[in-house]
Amino acid sequence: MDLLQIGTRSFDSRLIIGTGKYRSFEETSEAIEKSGAEIVTVAIRRTNLGQNASEPNLLDFIDLKHTTLLPNTAGCYSSGEAVRTLRLARELLDGHDLVKLEVLGDPQTLFPNVSETLIAAEQLVKDGFQVMVYTSDDPIVAKQLEDLGCVAIMPLASLIGSGMGILNPWNLTIIIESLKVPVIVDAGVGTASDAVIAMELGCDAVLMNTAIAAAQNPILMARAMKNAIQSGRDAFHAGRMPKKPYQASPSSPASGMMPPASKK
Amino acid sequence: MIMIAVHINGTIKEIQTGTTISALTNDLDVAHKKIALEINEEIIPRSQFDSRILQNGDKIEIVTAVGGG
Repeated sequence: MDLLQIGTRSFDSRLIIGTGKYRSFEETSEAIEKSGAEIVTVAIRRTNLGQNASEPNLLDFIDLKHTTLLPNTAGCYSSGEAVRTLRLARELLDGHDLVKLEVLGDPQTLFPNVSETLIAAEQLVKDGFQVMVYTSDDPIVAKQLEDLGCVAIMPLASLIGSGMGILNPWNLTIIIESLKVPVIVDAGVGTASDAVIAMELGCDAVLMNTAIAAAQNPILMARAMKNAIQSGRDAFHAGRMPKKPYQASPSSPASGMMPPASKK
Repeated sequence: MIMIAVHINGTIKEIQTGTTISALTNDLDVAHKKIALEINEEIIPRSQFDSRILQNGDKIEIVTAVGGG
């Protein structure tokens, strides 16, 4: 078995999906099922009160027996806000300790604020959380986060929600080769080929939301991503042939050819 | 009947003195829901909802899980 080991938990699926931006909870639920994802992210927000108090909740549409929730700190711009949010999440989810830390630095690019991220990561690890952390594709920061005790390092492939794909495979490769904990591409995947490339590079998993939710047919894209992750993983294990620039090599035998036809 | 004012998710609400968290969440129709709650930035475990009495000026935050990436 090729299990994905994150902290004390292990998973069959290497696709982690977000639950934002879907047109309905029913669509969210079906996308999760078709993607095969076993980990899904959720955000923590104020409960609707007053007239909307009785509206359905996302958690009613997720199979909590077979799905691990990953509460995130989306929208937090300081370490303090992020830590507060995840402590609330732990209370909300009955002591659940696996979390996704992200501390943003800029509302336009949603680039992470890595110095605040490091501060929050240290505090959360001290608090007993198992921290999966969104960060830049800087190998030094990635290593620092691993050294602080984070259970997975999740560098961006490109900007959150941009669908621009993998902009710097070289940095990702350095990170993958220098860390022991799982490296998970988080953010920027636009379509199935991006997910394949991430897995071929040797990423342990891919986390995505918009690529599925904003597809014309999210349910079909969820299946495409499931297949892409598996294809990329298999190709990574299989080991690609070496590239031979400008050197063609026929796939069919060069011998046994018939003589040229006689001219009539 | 003496009333006090508390802030709930940023909105001021008048409640009776002696109101517990459980009474408040029942009144707000969120008692049966998956929520977490803090008062003045301190998380209150569910086990204390029946006993904890709200004070004038308390800032209460009630949160839940929503879709996100």
